[in-house]
Amino acid sequence: MYPPKFDYYRATSVDEALSLLQQHGDNAKLLAGGHSLIPLMKTRLAQPAVLIDIGRIDALKGIQVDGDTLRIGPLTTHADIAASEDVQGRAAALADAAGVVGDVQVRNRGTIGGNLAHADPASDLPAAVLALGGEIEVRGPNGSRTVAADDFFQGLFTTALGGDEIITAIRIPAGGGKRVSAYVKFPHPASGYAVVGVAAVLELDGQTITSARVAANGAFECAKRLTGAEQALAGATASDEAIAAAAQRAAEGFNADDFMSDIFASSEYRAHLLGVYTRRALQKALERA
Amino acid sequence: MHISLTVNGQPYTVDVEPRMLLVHVLRDVLDLTGTNVGCDTSQCGACTVIMDGRAVKSCTVLAVQADGSEILTIEGLAKDGELHPLQEAFWNNHGLQCGYCTPGMIMTAYYLLQTNPNPSEEEIRHGLEGNICRCTGYHNIVRAVQEAAQRM
Ligand SMILES: Cc1cc2nc3c(=O)[nH]c(=O)nc-3n(C[C@H](O)[C@H](O)[C@H](O)COP(=O)(O)OP(=O)(O)OC[C@H]3O[C@@H](n4cnc5c(N)ncnc54)[C@H](O)[C@@H]3O)c2cc1C
Ligand code: FES
Ligand code: FES
Repeated sequence: MYPPKFDYYRATSVDEALSLLQQHGDNAKLLAGGHSLIPLMKTRLAQPAVLIDIGRIDALKGIQVDGDTLRIGPLTTHADIAASEDVQGRAAALADAAGVVGDVQVRNRGTIGGNLAHADPASDLPAAVLALGGEIEVRGPNGSRTVAADDFFQGLFTTALGGDEIITAIRIPAGGGKRVSAYVKFPHPASGYAVVGVAAVLELDGQTITSARVAANGAFECAKRLTGAEQALAGATASDEAIAAAAQRAAEGFNADDFMSDIFASSEYRAHLLGVYTRRALQKALERA
Repeated sequence: MHISLTVNGQPYTVDVEPRMLLVHVLRDVLDLTGTNVGCDTSQCGACTVIMDGRAVKSCTVLAVQADGSEILTIEGLAKDGELHPLQEAFWNNHGLQCGYCTPGMIMTAYYLLQTNPNPSEEEIRHGLEGNICRCTGYHNIVRAVQEAAQRM
């Protein structure tokens, strides 16, 4: 099964990729690992006339600890993120999420930038980046801007990224006091994508949870914060009771029709899983305390 | 577009259309038909090869993306007429029936043993998650990888 014909350009720098995007406009797509785009092209769900391969731009690869921030290049593969001690130590939820993407071969090719830009509702990385309070650094023809993960995911396959922009880094705050986090998912038994996945991030002062961020993907049209669970946790003592109370409030503020529904899982079932996986994510995070 | 590849130690330069997939270069241009296409939708792993040291699904890599890389396919495992320990172990343990998944299964197992020379049964099953076998039920594949791990 061949993808449809396209013109291929290989960008050697971000500037070159940006000017190619300017030149070819809506007909062009960036190509990173290709593990969302190539399958879509093979099935003709996407037919870009131009592919701009950014896969060889070394400046967009790798993980750095920059003061209190973890800075991850968008071309960093899921495998490298999952294996990184810096990510495991400072942003465990992201290492967890990258480690459960698809399978070994997919993790060896797929990248964090492509995963966030594609914004598949069933992707694993968006909830982790959102719960960790991440920021997406984006560059376009008018320079760079930073978008909080809270504002980045806007809907089904829809983000704040403009068609002429490139993700140049993902920044995760990693300073401050004691923070624990985890991501767990219920994988679709055939595709491996998240039916529901929950990321939980807790700031701790001794046994007290001073603040919490909890986010889910799979359940909704894009990754969303679970504010009911967050409020239940803030100020609580880390305990099974606090976890149960948060899990109980996981779906608070959402309507039945906010939940995705398909032949595999109804919206009711997803709402149920949301509570179960909120509990499991919190348990796993606190086991790391 | 001209690309260069080193496949099983041998350098090649080939002229490809940008939309050509790595698996088709291997099979249709270089005549290395050991690598199979099973699903063609990135699920089954039959097309797995090692690209610059990493197991990848060659039906989901454009040949132009592989330009300049080193590829190892199933044909590159046997040396001087001697089967690779993984190949022998699959044979000994009846790790295949129809054999269609086997080249990809062995290449992923090869990658697993490079990164983790002594995997537990669970690690083997997890490591082979991206490879689907419709025949064996996997038990004998796991046994084969265990035997190969001991012998390598
Ligand atoms: C069999 C299989 C199973 C999978 N299972 C899972 C799973 O369980 N969980 C999961 O989360 N994902 C899963 N994926 C998807 C995988 O994680 C993809 O790799 C990822 O979603 C896209 O990353 P990529 O580098 O391959 O991007 P590409 O496919 O190259 O690009 C995807 C999109 O992002 C854009 N893009 C890429 N990089 C940038 C950038 N730097 N700036 C702006 N736009 C950019 C592209 O233009 C394109 O529109 C699976 C994929 C496959 C094939
Ligand atoms: S043929 Fe490539 S994954 Fe099935
Ligand atoms: S032996 Fe037939 S598919 Fe695995």
